[in-house]
Amino acid sequence: MGGERLSTALREALASAFVAFLLALPLVGFRLSETQQGIGIVTRFDWVAWGVACVFAGRLLMAYWRGSRADILGHLPAMPALPAVSGKAFVAIFLIFAVAMPFLPFSDRYLVEIAITVLIYVMLGWGLNIVVGLAGLLDLGYVAFYAVGAYTYALLAVNFELSFWLCLPLAGLLAALFGILLGFPVLRLRGDYLAIVTLGFGEMIRVVLLNWKDFSGGPNGITSIPRPSFFGLDFAREAEEGQTTFSAFFGLEYSPMHRIVFLYYLILVLALVTNFFTLRMRRLPVGRAWEALREDEIACRALGINPTNVKLSAFALGAMFGGFAGAFFATRQGFISPESFSFIESAVILAIVVLGGMGSQIGVVIAAAFLILVPEMLRDFSQYRMVMFGAAMVLIMLWRPQGLVAHRKPSARLEAGA
Amino acid sequence: MAATPLLSVQNVKANYGPVEALRGVSLDVFPGEIVALIGANGAGKSTLLMTICGDPRASAGRVVYDGTDITNRPLHEMVRLGIAQSPEGRRIFPRMTVFENLQMGAFAGDPANFEADVERVFRLFPRLAERREQRAGTMSGGEQQMLAIGRALMSRPRLLLLDEPSLGLAPLLVAQIFATIKEINRGEGVTVLLVEQNAYHALRLAHRGYVLVNGSIRMSGPGAELLANPDIQKAYLAGGHH
Ligand SMILES: Nc1ncnc2c1ncn2[C@@H]1O[C@H](COP(=O)(O)OP(=O)(O)O)[C@@H](O)[C@H]1O
Ligand SMILES: [Mg+2]
Repeated sequence: MGGERLSTALREALASAFVAFLLALPLVGFRLSETQQGIGIVTRFDWVAWGVACVFAGRLLMAYWRGSRADILGHLPAMPALPAVSGKAFVAIFLIFAVAMPFLPFSDRYLVEIAITVLIYVMLGWGLNIVVGLAGLLDLGYVAFYAVGAYTYALLAVNFELSFWLCLPLAGLLAALFGILLGFPVLRLRGDYLAIVTLGFGEMIRVVLLNWKDFSGGPNGITSIPRPSFFGLDFAREAEEGQTTFSAFFGLEYSPMHRIVFLYYLILVLALVTNFFTLRMRRLPVGRAWEALREDEIACRALGINPTNVKLSAFALGAMFGGFAGAFFATRQGFISPESFSFIESAVILAIVVLGGMGSQIGVVIAAAFLILVPEMLRDFSQYRMVMFGAAMVLIMLWRPQGLVAHRKPSARLEAGA
Repeated sequence: MAATPLLSVQNVKANYGPVEALRGVSLDVFPGEIVALIGANGAGKSTLLMTICGDPRASAGRVVYDGTDITNRPLHEMVRLGIAQSPEGRRIFPRMTVFENLQMGAFAGDPANFEADVERVFRLFPRLAERREQRAGTMSGGEQQMLAIGRALMSRPRLLLLDEPSLGLAPLLVAQIFATIKEINRGEGVTVLLVEQNAYHALRLAHRGYVLVNGSIRMSGPGAELLANPDIQKAYLAGGHH
C-alpha cells in the first residue's frame, strides 16, 4: 500500500516536473542578449534543470504532506480562534489601538500614511464583502465603483467647488446607481459568467475614463482636487482670504501631520460606519437573505425571496461603500487618474475578502493589513518582494483554505464522517 | 368536501428543453384534503410540484389556486399566496442553524407572528427545539426533513407541497413524519399535496391519490381504494412495505 502511494506520488511529481519543463524551457532556458555580433541567444539549461528539480521535489513533498495530512495538521500550531473565543475583547483591543494609533510613540508620518492606506483597503474589503462574502456574487470589477466615487468627488469639487461633505453622499449614491446599472443585466448570470462580466465592466469604466478626455482628463487624470477641511478650517500653512486655518484656529503650530491625522480619523470613521452598517444589515431579513441566497437560490425563491431584488441590494450597497472610499481616496491624493483603478486593484480587494475568510469582518482587517503591510516590509528585498508575497499567499491558502477567519465553518463536511 | 378545489391543475404540460416531463396533467386538491401523488422515479412528480409553483413554467394548460390563475406567476410569489413547499432534496440551508432556517421560512410572513409560529413548529417537531442552535447541515436526514417541513410551515400556508418527505429515512422515522403530516392536516387544517414513492404510507394517509406514469395521470381515486388495487400493489408495493 505504501509502495502504491509512493508510485502515485512519483507519477504526479514527474507530471508536474514535465509541465515545469515545458514552461521553463522557453521562458528561462533561452535568453536574448546583445553580443558583439549583434543579437544572440544564450541558453541557460542549468537554470531550467534547477527549476524542474525544485518542482519535482516540491511536488513530491506535497504528495507526502497530503498523505499524512492528518499528522501534519495535528502538528501545526493551532490558529488562534479569533472571533469565537475572544471576539469582543479582540475587537475592543483593535478599536483602542486604531483610535490611539496616530499618537503612539512610534507613530510617524510614514506609519500613519500606511495606516490610512490599510484602512482604505479595509473599507473596500468590507464593501466587497457584502457582495462576495455575504451574497456570494463573484465581482471582479469592484474597482469600478471605487473609480466612480473618486471621479464624482474630483469632478464635482474641481468644477463646481462643492465641499467634500456634500460630495461624499453623492459619490456613494452615484456608485450605488452604477451598482444597480451593472446588476440588472448580470444577475441572471452565475459564477464564472458573472465574474467575467463584472471584470469587463470594471475595465470598461477605466477605459472610458482613459479616453473621454473632455470629461475625465483622460490619462492625465484630474489634478488639484481640493483637500478636505476640518469643518471649514483648512489644513494649510497660510490662510486664504477671509479664512482661518486649522492650526491658527486651535492655536497650534502648523504641522503637515494635522491633515494626515485628520485623514486617518476620517477613513477610520468611514470604515467603521461601513462595518457597523453591514453588521446591522446582516441581522435584518435582507441581510439574512444574502447569506441564504448564497447557499440555495431555489430554496430562497420557494420561501418568497425575490433573488433579483436581494442581489441588487447587495450590489448597490457594496458599490456605495466603494464610492465612499473612492471619494476619500481622491481627497487624500489630491490627484487621480485611471491608472489607480486598474484590474489589479479589484484583484487585491478580492484577495482581501477571500484571504479574510469570505464574510468575516475581522478577517478582512487582518487580510488587508497583511496584504498592504507585507509588501511594504519586503521593500528591502526589492525584486523578490512579489515572489515572496505570492509564496506567502499560497502558504496561507494551503494552511487555511477557508480563509484566515472562517466565518461559518463548513461543519457539515467536518462532522459528517464522525 | 367543498365544491371548489383549492388547487386545480388543468391539462398542464412542461418540458426541459426537448424532454417532455409532463404530458397534460390534471389534478384537483380540495380544501382540507391530503392528496398523494405517487409514481416511479422519473415519472414527473417533482416537476409537477415545481410547475405548480411556476418553475419550470407550464408550456400548456393552467394552474388555478383559490380561483386565481397562477400559471405565470414566478416561484417567489407563491408564499404570499399561501403556498409553501418542502422541495425535493429538502434544500435546507446547511450552514445556518435550525433557528436561522426557521427565520428564513418566515421571510415573507408577518414578523408579529414569528414567535407563535416558531412555537408551533417546535410543538410539532420537538426534536427541532432541542437542536435549535445546531447547524442544519450537521443534522440527520430525518431531522433535516423535519426542518424542511417546519420551515415551510413558518409562512402559515394554506397549501403545503411536500416532495418525498420519507426519502432516505429509517422506517420508524417515516412513520413519525407521516404522523406529523397528519397532525398538520387534521389538527391545523393545512391542505397537503404529498409527492411520494413510498406509496403504502402515502396512500394510507391521503384522502385521495393520483398515480403518475411517464408524465400522465394513470389512475386516481380515494387512498384506500388505490391501495387495494392489484395493479398498484404490483407496481408500487411489490417490494413489501414498511
Ligand atoms: N432539470 C432538469 N433538466 C432536464 N431534465 C429533467 C430535469 N429535472 C427532471 N428532468 C427529467 O424530467 C423527468 C421527470 O423528472 P422528475 O420530475 O424529477 O421525476 P420524479 O420526481 O417523479 O422522480 C425525468 O425524465 C427527468 O430526467
Ligand atoms: Mg422527484
